[in-house]
Amino acid sequence: MASPLEQFEIKEIFPLEFAGYNISFTNSSLFLAITFVAIVAFMTLGMKNRAIVPGRFQSVVELSYEFIAKMLGDTAGTESRKYFPFIFSLFIFILFANFIGMIPYTFTVTSHIAVTIAMAMFVFLGVTIIAFARHGFKFLTFFVPKGAPWPLLLILVPIEIISYLSRPISLSVRLFANMVAGHTMLKVFGGFVVALGIFGFAPFLFIVALIGLELLVAFLQAYVFAVLTCMYLNDALHMSH
Amino acid sequence: MEAEAARYIGAGLACSALIGAGIGIGNIFGNYVSAAIRNPAAAGPVFGQAMLGFALAEATGLFGLVIAFIILFG
Repeated sequence: MASPLEQFEIKEIFPLEFAGYNISFTNSSLFLAITFVAIVAFMTLGMKNRAIVPGRFQSVVELSYEFIAKMLGDTAGTESRKYFPFIFSLFIFILFANFIGMIPYTFTVTSHIAVTIAMAMFVFLGVTIIAFARHGFKFLTFFVPKGAPWPLLLILVPIEIISYLSRPISLSVRLFANMVAGHTMLKVFGGFVVALGIFGFAPFLFIVALIGLELLVAFLQAYVFAVLTCMYLNDALHMSH
Repeated sequence: MEAEAARYIGAGLACSALIGAGIGIGNIFGNYVSAAIRNPAAAGPVFGQAMLGFALAEATGLFGLVIAFIILFG
């Protein structure tokens, strides 16, 4: 039987090579493109008529906009408005990539750490640059907890720095691990259905429930990624602890 | 010990990360329910935060599960 991890294999569709690097068009690139097209179609078709009383489709688009706008305002304050396009694109991209990955026989783009760590590193570097641009070298006091006695600072400051530097890792591994674990679990239970024959209906019913959970997780992980980005942005803007 | 046996034992041990995730998720929803019973008006707004906590707690357990999968099938 095929390994449950086979679904994450990257296959070349159009082999390409440039300056010694393999830049083939793979199934991962294909689904990145599909995700992009789906998002553009969702946003433009939804807002095509722009009625004052929105129809169903327009409501969904407006709902997603308001959802992120409210979340950004609540976590990072009103000054963070100018970063809204970035947060919104991040959320919608991860959401669509996760949901498209839930369709059978598709490829989940976010199940590869190369994709998630690229997003997480952009968030991390961007937030750090914003913090230094705003506060200058005063931002370094972010790593010094207020009101701690100085012998404790010898331990606390390295801990703060390590926890700050581990943010992109935890951010990317969280999304990647959730996608890999969920999809592998579905495949493993799918194997049980085949192996048990007539009694396979029991794991089959379980799979139905699991898919419900996975859809929830797909949404929640996109939300968590966006919320944590907002929290990091809040730290950079306000240096609150 | 055979390498194959060690692999299965290692995968099983890696799954013990889910103990902590289970405790964490139970804690979050237990506290959410008790808070919602005491103050039903706050149940709606706090639910979002409960789901956020659920996702964060679940993710830590899944780190271990992914290690187990990598050991088993990788």
